[in-house]
Amino acid sequence: MTAFKKSFNIKKRDFVRAGEASINVQNILKSLNMDHKLIRRIAICGYESEMNVVMHGGDGILTVEINTGKIILDIEDNGDGIENIELAMQKGYSTATEEHREMGFGAGMGLPNMKANSDILSVESEKGKGTQVHMEFNVSAD
Amino acid sequence: MTVNDLVEKFALQTAAGEKGLDRLVKSGYCGDLLSDVMANAPEGCVWLTIQSHQNIIAVAVLREMACIIITGGHTPDADAIDKAGKEGIPLLLWPGSAYTLAGSIYTAGIK
Ligand SMILES: Nc1ncnc2c1ncn2[C@@H]1O[C@H](COP(=O)(O)OP(=O)(O)OP(=O)(O)O)[C@@H](O)[C@H]1O
Ligand SMILES: [Mg+2]
Repeated sequence: MTAFKKSFNIKKRDFVRAGEASINVQNILKSLNMDHKLIRRIAICGYESEMNVVMHGGDGILTVEINTGKIILDIEDNGDGIENIELAMQKGYSTATEEHREMGFGAGMGLPNMKANSDILSVESEKGKGTQVHMEFNVSAD
Repeated sequence: MTVNDLVEKFALQTAAGEKGLDRLVKSGYCGDLLSDVMANAPEGCVWLTIQSHQNIIAVAVLREMACIIITGGHTPDADAIDKAGKEGIPLLLWPGSAYTLAGSIYTAGIK
């Protein structure tokens, strides 16, 4: 049973609003008194995926789904897609522009951070068909 | 130590986010690569960076930092000031190098 589900729009190249979807998700999880460490992991994953949409992708949507046993983040965008997902997943690989690098992006750490902080990560993409990122986080009952 | 104690002790300039000045500073982090900071910055830290654009505010909020200090005499964008005010994240300025300030803050007891 899905207890809660909400979506947020992400706009291509909108660096001014970038991060707001993740901050909204963080506030929702805090208001539900979710585990603090779990919230921090989800914040990292939300932020990195949101920034990837803004920087590399197209217009997109971030959806958070809160269930009894797990929290799901789905991030989809209609951008150019990723040509080689295996390569994109490697630490240090980045196609960020010089301008983005000057802003402190482009370390090639976003996807590795998402992998390290989620329980399940799947990335689906095709050149010209956008990108779908799916992450799951187990919620331990205590 | 609170953010305000840091401001007074090191004569930092407050660019925005005054309503967060009573936050407790528990540790520190230095970094200019946002994904590195996102992955490693501890909760309640003072973050020293030369980045001065609006996205540093989201990083500080999501990592639950105490405050940001922009070092090296860099000045924040209007969007960064605006966002810091909205989120209540103190945005402080220091004209010298991050190395010097980090050393002083560490010596003052923030480890
Ligand atoms: N939504 C997306 N659309 C198109 N390409 C993407 C998308 N997400 C990631 N990529 C590609 O994968 C690469 C690696 O992504 P990753 O997040 O690991 O690093 P980065 O964004 O380049 O740098 P960092 O996240 O450290 O700022 C990107 O440089 C880009 O080429
Ligand atoms: Mg990235």
